[in-house]
Amino acid sequence: MIDFLMPSLGADMEAGTLVEWRKRPGDSVKRGDIIADVETQKGLIEIEVFDEGVIGELLIKEGTKVPVGTVMATINPSTSILETKETTTQKTVIAIQPTEEKTIKKAVTEQFEKKQIKASPLAKRIAAENNIDLSQLQGTGEGGAITKEDIENAITQKEKITKPEEKMSLQLEAIRLAVAAAVSKSNKEIPHYYLEKKIDMTKALTWLRESNSKRPIQKRLLPAALIIKATAKSLVDFPNLNAIWDNGVQPKKEINIGFVVSLRSGGVIVPTIRNADLKSIDEIMEALNDIIPRARAMKLRSSDLTDSTITITSLGEGGADTVFGVIYPPQVAIVGFGGSSQQAVVDNGMLGIRSVFTATLAGDHRVTDGLTGSDFLSTLNNYLQNPESL
Amino acid sequence: MSEEEIRKTIFQLLKQIAPDTEPSILKPDENIRKTLDIDSFDTLHFLVSLNEKMGIEIPEADYGKIPTLKTLVDYLLEKMK
Repeated sequence: MIDFLMPSLGADMEAGTLVEWRKRPGDSVKRGDIIADVETQKGLIEIEVFDEGVIGELLIKEGTKVPVGTVMATINPSTSILETKETTTQKTVIAIQPTEEKTIKKAVTEQFEKKQIKASPLAKRIAAENNIDLSQLQGTGEGGAITKEDIENAITQKEKITKPEEKMSLQLEAIRLAVAAAVSKSNKEIPHYYLEKKIDMTKALTWLRESNSKRPIQKRLLPAALIIKATAKSLVDFPNLNAIWDNGVQPKKEINIGFVVSLRSGGVIVPTIRNADLKSIDEIMEALNDIIPRARAMKLRSSDLTDSTITITSLGEGGADTVFGVIYPPQVAIVGFGGSSQQAVVDNGMLGIRSVFTATLAGDHRVTDGLTGSDFLSTLNNYLQNPESL
Repeated sequence: MSEEEIRKTIFQLLKQIAPDTEPSILKPDENIRKTLDIDSFDTLHFLVSLNEKMGIEIPEADYGKIPTLKTLVDYLLEKMK
């Protein structure tokens, strides 16, 4: 039996609300199938399974908010993979309770005691999770007690009233809080060091312009695709920057780039571009064309948000010159690119006007030091001076 | 397509790219990207959808010629001739 857990879609996610099961007990699933829709701060996410087998039990009820790592369902593996999976079957029993229960419940209970509202513990819990004010409800249970059904009706009503824009702004607020939590954790736990290097982008941008002039508009490339590819290729030689920290460093073979997408109304989402070192620049551009609009519309799948091994943040043109990133745990490095601008540069004793931007690296001092970081930025520079080699 | 229709098409496509903005309040001489806070990715997608809708392909070299609503409309009118 394999446990299907509430996945972590980034260090800033603590819990998710199961909105709908997309599979029933007895349904067979294969890797990549969508098993459930889960509401997170990052929107409604389609959750995929990574095992093959038949759904056993669905342990969590729709509408329940559970912490990351909670066993949500069991999957009976197909016989072919049974042996390899046997070791992972030890079932960790995690108490199924909302993560914020402690604080919310206390506050809510105090409120009830004051007003003496009759409601079952279950009803109180669901109300707290969904921010329903019990004092505003008419109970239909015994002696006017508020029942679970009353709460569910109230939730339905509330959802009808909440306009889509309002929902979006609540979601943005939640994203802001989640980002703040992840960044605080990072600053508290990770000893950052910072390096910056000016990179002459004239050659790379000229190459891009020439390449784009031969392409139909649908196939045009943006500098971001080039930057991602150059970073990924450079990382091949720096396994300790492409790693995660889990009681020690764990270098990762796959180079999965988390690319920071800013949301127009504030907040960021960091979808993953998998195996970026193995993708061509065109394929990276295709991945961006697919994932950025979905990230901005908050329509992502779980695999879009997991397994990043390093993060890139790029400010784009016209903005600040330099960005010093905050490492996104459990990763151990973040690469930042400022906006490019025309600058006077001396090259081979000649003064010229060149397009220049600043690349930065924030590294985890527990894993690497400035020398490694510096070598990495030099390698990155070399690739960007030879864009045709990417 | 009249000038008014072009403007309408532009507003409609910008709205698709940036649903939380109100493109129709753009003044003719305002910088579209700055005013609506549109990045290079969204700009490219706007130009792709403009191409699909109007059949006019704007080369990258001309991006600098079309920063405002007025310059963009004039550019498209010119291309349609």
